[in-house]
Amino acid sequence: MKFIIAIIKPFKLDEVREALGAIGVAGMTVSEVKGFGRQKGQTEIYRGAEYSTNMLPKVKLEIAASDTLAPLVVETIQQTASTDSIGDGKIFVLDLASTTRIRTGETGDNAL
Amino acid sequence: MIRKLSCGVSAVGASMFAATAAFAQDAGLQAPAAVEPVTAAVDKGDTAWMIVATVLVMMMIVPGLALFYGGLVRTKNMLSVLTQILAVASFAMIIWVMWGYALAFGGDANQFISSGKFFLAGVTPDSTVATFSEGVSIPEFVFVAFQMTFAAITVSLVVGGLVERLKFSALMVFALVWLTIVYFPIAHMVWYAGATPETTGLIYGWGALDFAGGTVVHINAGISALVGALILGPRLGYKVEPMAPHSLTMTLIGTGLLWCGWFGFNAGSALEANGSAGLALINTFVATAAGVLFWMLTERLLGHKGSLLGACSGAIAGLVAVTPAAGNSGPFGAILLGALAAVLCAIFVVSIKPKLRLDDSLDAFGIHGIGGIIGSIGTAFTMLPGLGGPGADDYDLGGQLGIQIMAVLVAIVWSAVGAAIAFFIAKMVTGLRVAPEIEREGLDLGEHGERAYNY
Repeated sequence: MKFIIAIIKPFKLDEVREALGAIGVAGMTVSEVKGFGRQKGQTEIYRGAEYSTNMLPKVKLEIAASDTLAPLVVETIQQTASTDSIGDGKIFVLDLASTTRIRTGETGDNAL
Repeated sequence: MIRKLSCGVSAVGASMFAATAAFAQDAGLQAPAAVEPVTAAVDKGDTAWMIVATVLVMMMIVPGLALFYGGLVRTKNMLSVLTQILAVASFAMIIWVMWGYALAFGGDANQFISSGKFFLAGVTPDSTVATFSEGVSIPEFVFVAFQMTFAAITVSLVVGGLVERLKFSALMVFALVWLTIVYFPIAHMVWYAGATPETTGLIYGWGALDFAGGTVVHINAGISALVGALILGPRLGYKVEPMAPHSLTMTLIGTGLLWCGWFGFNAGSALEANGSAGLALINTFVATAAGVLFWMLTERLLGHKGSLLGACSGAIAGLVAVTPAAGNSGPFGAILLGALAAVLCAIFVVSIKPKLRLDDSLDAFGIHGIGGIIGSIGTAFTMLPGLGGPGADDYDLGGQLGIQIMAVLVAIVWSAVGAAIAFFIAKMVTGLRVAPEIEREGLDLGEHGERAYNY
């Protein structure tokens, strides 16, 4: 099993979710996060007081997938979330030691 | 404003207790023997308008000013600003009926202060106050209430220089002293017409024009906020940490409520429902509109984007500047005045203040102080018939300009010295500033044990 963490642009969320649903991803966790990478921040000015925000808002997806589905998930996110510009985000893949469905106690791929 | 009091109640034997007793009774049960025949005519239309105007000014304070200021602070201090405005305005109302009205308009004493009608002694539903028109008056209780809201909003405006670090208790002590030694005397000096020149307010006696409170309210609050900001020092992390406004949505709502309420403030200062009130009404629209646009224009010329906060600030600058001129200007003079105030306030706030170490946090000085000075001096010009003003053909611009400048200088010096004394006393009694850990945590939890938002 793999654990996939993807940081994407917020406006791409719906598109990515639909594409992942189409390839059989049954669930994911989404959070609003802030961070920085190569993309520059922005400057806000309130009555002359300037604040530069280095942290930009992004959306973080967390998806657990079977070893067979994982490469397709990564590919789908990469293709759907891309706008060909900096700040599109990153995808991280981790090995997942175990999964347990709380309701039934099922484990492994059955719990995904 | 002409504030010649023609009280219909005999002062003989009127004591605090007599007034209290009168309050305890129904109006119809008051002893008619104590009331002399009322000579001035009280018009129901005027009275109705002045009651509406009074509650409009109340709306400017809570929720108007509270939301305007509240939106500009960080989330952790929102509730403290709302609480401070609500409480200090309430405190001003109680002080006003105890000795505020007495010291500002209570009766002939000297050029600096009134004396009489403490605890509203002798004021009954039958007593009246003369307006501008010969033989026209309004009920004295309405006038007392209308003026009460002015005292309440002025002390609330000072909060703008002090937010996010001032102790709640310090604000209360400050308000007690400051209203007594600064606001009441200045209101008397600018607006009280006594029986003789020796008992008429000093600045009123000079012939200074201040229709709705450019000196009394705005210069006074702006200078006092400046003095307070200097004594208090900047907020922790000022210019190092981001201190962006937490909700410009709230600030816009506050701006709208202030603007609407300001029609009561300015048009109500005519004291009658008449053409002068109509003039103040239209001026309060157009000067403010000019302020909105010219602040944003100034931002563009200074190399920034036109902003909502700029537009709201421009609205307030325009409102402040037109306050002394409301009935002393034609609509196009008011547009010029609103535009000029917005441009100069914007230059100060956007370009000059960031270079200073001054943390006038919400620009009470930058907008009310500077805008008030521009408005008060500018009123000499808006009177000009050539600008559509109500001045006569032989209107003496130079003479009036000198009077306006003198009035401004007296207001600045009086409020600066008085505010310093009031802040000093507040510091002695309360320590003035919250502990650093409370300031970091936020005054909402530290001073009030609540949060503005729980989600």
